Amino acid sequence: MVQDVSVLVGGRAGEGINNAGMVIAHLLNRLGYYVYMYYDYPSLIRGGHNFALVRGRDRPVGVHRESADFVIALNQETLLRHKDRFIPRTATVFNSDAVHGNGEAVSVKDALHAENAPEIMGNSVMIGAFAKVAGIPWDDVVTVFSRHLPKGTQQNLAVARRGYDQVSMVSPIGHAGGNTPRALLTGNEAIGLGLAAGGLGAYVSYPMTPSSSLLHFLAENAHNLGVTVIHPENEIAVMLMALGFSYAGTRTAVGTSGGGFCLMTEGLSLAGMAEVPVVLVVSQRTGPSTGLPTYTAQSDLLFVLHAGHGEFPRFVVAPGDAAQAYSWSAVAMDIAWKFQVPSFILSDKTLSEGVYCIDPKIHAGSLTECTREWDGPAPYERYRDTESGISPLLVPGTKGAVVKVNSYAHDAAGISTEDADIVRQMTEKRLRKAGGLSAALAEYETVLHEGPETAETAVICWGSVRGVCSEVCSDMGIRMVQPVVLAPFPVESIRTALDGVRRLIAVEENATGQLGTLLRLFGIPVDTEILHCNGRPLTPEVLSGRLQGVLS
Amino acid sequence: MTGTNFVTSAQNTWCPGCGNFSIQHTLKNLLSDLEKEGTDPETIVLVTGIGCHAKMADYLNVNSFYAIHGRAIPVAAGIKLANRDLTVICCVGDGDAYAEGLDHLVFAAKRNIDITVLVHNNRVYGLTVGQYTPTSPLGFRGKSTPAGTLEYPINPLDLMLASGATYVARGYTRRMDQLKALIREGVRHKGFSFVDILQICATFFPVTDHYNARVYDLQAHDPGDFNQACEKAREWDYNSDAPVPLGLFYQRAAPALNEKVDSHRLPEKEREQAIYRFLASRQ
Repeated sequence: MVQDVSVLVGGRAGEGINNAGMVIAHLLNRLGYYVYMYYDYPSLIRGGHNFALVRGRDRPVGVHRESADFVIALNQETLLRHKDRFIPRTATVFNSDAVHGNGEAVSVKDALHAENAPEIMGNSVMIGAFAKVAGIPWDDVVTVFSRHLPKGTQQNLAVARRGYDQVSMVSPIGHAGGNTPRALLTGNEAIGLGLAAGGLGAYVSYPMTPSSSLLHFLAENAHNLGVTVIHPENEIAVMLMALGFSYAGTRTAVGTSGGGFCLMTEGLSLAGMAEVPVVLVVSQRTGPSTGLPTYTAQSDLLFVLHAGHGEFPRFVVAPGDAAQAYSWSAVAMDIAWKFQVPSFILSDKTLSEGVYCIDPKIHAGSLTECTREWDGPAPYERYRDTESGISPLLVPGTKGAVVKVNSYAHDAAGISTEDADIVRQMTEKRLRKAGGLSAALAEYETVLHEGPETAETAVICWGSVRGVCSEVCSDMGIRMVQPVVLAPFPVESIRTALDGVRRLIAVEENATGQLGTLLRLFGIPVDTEILHCNGRPLTPEVLSGRLQGVLS
Repeated sequence: MTGTNFVTSAQNTWCPGCGNFSIQHTLKNLLSDLEKEGTDPETIVLVTGIGCHAKMADYLNVNSFYAIHGRAIPVAAGIKLANRDLTVICCVGDGDAYAEGLDHLVFAAKRNIDITVLVHNNRVYGLTVGQYTPTSPLGFRGKSTPAGTLEYPINPLDLMLASGATYVARGYTRRMDQLKALIREGVRHKGFSFVDILQICATFFPVTDHYNARVYDLQAHDPGDFNQACEKAREWDYNSDAPVPLGLFYQRAAPALNEKVDSHRLPEKEREQAIYRFLASRQ
């Protein structure tokens, strides 16, 4: 029997629902569960309805479920809005000062009053009550609060205990078998740590949901990780400033969402022409235009693959969970510098702001030393033509070298030219790097696949949707294929992963089937597309229903 | 080492009589002076936008980032933030700095990033063959405004003073000694330096006589007095026939952004440890 727990916590924006969800996630983590948390909030600061769905499983998990085994209601709206999530075994814990309901009633006011605690600690009362209802040992509550609520720990614990004691154990969830707690991270935090592992020296970004939490994370940890964090006047400046950092020898990344990336495309072409390495984190949200700022989409794949004028190689990776985000972010940085190309980490709201659990000893690989000595004849040439197309990369300040980079068509020394032969030669040199990049990627698992090798039906998906696809395909005995790298497109590895498949179903959170379009372009027919475009991530219930519909 | 040849072998394609020659000559001499005084030429970086001015990147034999239209300033800022030991000089045009990239100019001044911005202000788009710029006078007949512009020009000095620039000067290509001194002091200034350089466009805006008759050197002027600087900056609004003061309008000592930003880096091993410490804190 699968151990699978789903906890909903809901309340008004500004009530700390995200933090409450995190504490619950940590409690499940302590009980040996794999953990995932989805956090849903509208684009406002106060008021409105926020909720978190925390899921614990005895096996890897990367998506929330529709139904809830536990509902923690801080306000009446939580019960009204989420009535469809109730199933016969759902246990409800509610704040009796604000909510009329059935289940375990907790007076937050009384608990706070008894401990003379501020209103902000109300969530701790509710979490304490939930712990009792779910049969979570009090010791685990103490451990989690001590580790993850460093401010006012004792008072928080005191009010939590008051909540704990007000209710009875209703539906004990038990231990899920994991011995060591895993590390809980959002996708954006995983990207930030992965970039740091890849030698990140500067992060330049203008706030835009859902990339902003990466800016906040790196700004908060700038000194600890040795990263300079700059928030300039707009995304145009972001991109150009990043290229200045990179030119001067600092491994640099930028971060944004679709609208901000529109402004960066001018600088992206410059990076392509001038061969200045840079990493771009693009976290998708529902578009076009302002769209739904705090909801998800996978509608910028073709944009990111084709953005910028002119032709130049690029690397695009779309991690599907925090572990992939961590490892591939380090690789993306390394590739940018090794091949002197723009390197993209394509995320979305689900990945960026979802909370995942990863192995705290995860290894990110080692860095390539790419600033080489100039061994050619003097003078140094920034764009010396080589067999690989990769020119030795020196930075300004190097003794005896004049380092000239140029947005114009240029010769080997970096001086502008309109000479037809040199223009052709340099174009070919730049594009030759793509071949080496494809070859280098043979060392990586650019296409992941799961499920029975004999299955004749396969689901193909990319990015965060892998979480839901993995779970549903496993339940239904379907093969699942996830291309993690999308440029250069790993067409041969996809073909291998699809060997023996007679029916291919693409699952994407967009309206036009962008991966499907790409597959067809490379000669891989897609039989069916399951597309989902309402800003909310697919859930196992929704996807399995749609797959059954397609397969019957 | 001294005696570096600061001119490349690239063929020069500025029009005869172009004001850019004077600026190139001034920069070349300044680079030689800096080298003689002990600055490694390898630590000097030139960043340019796009336009006639920007060919400086091809013509001067120093590190250069030949950027895109309007975007030289953020590149220059990034370079300085990455390596504060570099001397960063940024050549931009008036279309570059005052139109396409105005936001970057204002913010560079606001941040007091230690770069020197030289605006080759010929008050016309040259390379795109003759359209009005933000500093063209009212009624300027260009290819996009054949009946004359309907807009007054902006006053960049006034704008820079309002934006918090800590070094604000105006030079003129036919006053080369003064120009060199202004640029030199700008490079030496520890903070954001702005020099608006009046130059003629020999082909599309040849107004040498007009400038010669109106320019004069600021005298008995206290560059430490902000109000006086504003007053002198407003004497000529880039439109009227008023006298055109040249020289250093304003200078103030203030900590530069690059001195304040946390540039601390970690060796690979320590960085790895920091990552594992963070992961452990999330268990």
